[in-house]
Amino acid sequence: MLAVTAIALLCVRGLFVASMLTGIYSLLTTALFVLLDAVDVAFTEAAVGAGITTVLFLAMLSKVSARHNDSSTLNFQPLPFLVVILTGALLVYATRDMPEFGDPQAPANLHVAPKYIKDGKKETGVPNLVTAVLASYRGYDTLGEVTVIFTAGVGVLLLLGRKRRRTSGESGEE
Amino acid sequence: MSWFSHYNYWIVIFLMMIGLYIVICRDNLARKVIGLNVFQTSVFVLFISIGAVRGATAPILAEGFTEYANPLPHVLILTAIVVGVATTSLALALIVRINEAYGTIDENQIQAKDGDG
Repeated sequence: MLAVTAIALLCVRGLFVASMLTGIYSLLTTALFVLLDAVDVAFTEAAVGAGITTVLFLAMLSKVSARHNDSSTLNFQPLPFLVVILTGALLVYATRDMPEFGDPQAPANLHVAPKYIKDGKKETGVPNLVTAVLASYRGYDTLGEVTVIFTAGVGVLLLLGRKRRRTSGESGEE
Repeated sequence: MSWFSHYNYWIVIFLMMIGLYIVICRDNLARKVIGLNVFQTSVFVLFISIGAVRGATAPILAEGFTEYANPLPHVLILTAIVVGVATTSLALALIVRINEAYGTIDENQIQAKDGDG
């Protein structure tokens, strides 16, 4: 189903339809995350991916006037298609070395995750392990994330703010 | 080892290639951002599916469960989703600025205008 939406995203005309489809795509991803036992990620994807991204796209579309709305159909281009197919084939070939889906003995599940699951409650006092790892064990990651968001916010303000000063009275988003 | 034990990777690769194709083939800049989003989501799905464990439950400690999914990829992807929105907003702001400067968000038209003057 996700794949179908992605193909629709590839083919659909009109930017408005495309941005709505992006929201649907995010929602389907959320459902997939729930199925894969990643409830925290599903929360974030639903709020941020399906919510904020769609709002951002709509805000951008309202700024970029509708006459640039691209109505071009996707014309088939052989060379990029070939490149994409080749890359995909190489990646599929590479998956032969990957561990099976859901394998408890996969390398990714053997290194630090058992320690988090065994000692997480004792060391941090938080029953939700994702929160424990996010805020305690890997707190520096979260600090870096905040830095990235701050930089992005400053960048958006710099890009859109100058115009507002020049033509005053226009209300800006963000 | 059965062939279908790797289907999660194949879905990821399929989504990734669609994203790549959108980025390469679409001239509209907003479309390219959508393609990047699709590509990005495929990477999220890859990480989460690596963290999934057969017969496990969500990584919230509770009585009666011993098997939990790997919490580490979940944390990494939480961070990545938020960073992804930050970069998307920056890209969209850039598109708005480009539209102000060139009056179009089509790549070919922008290059044509650059060539003129």
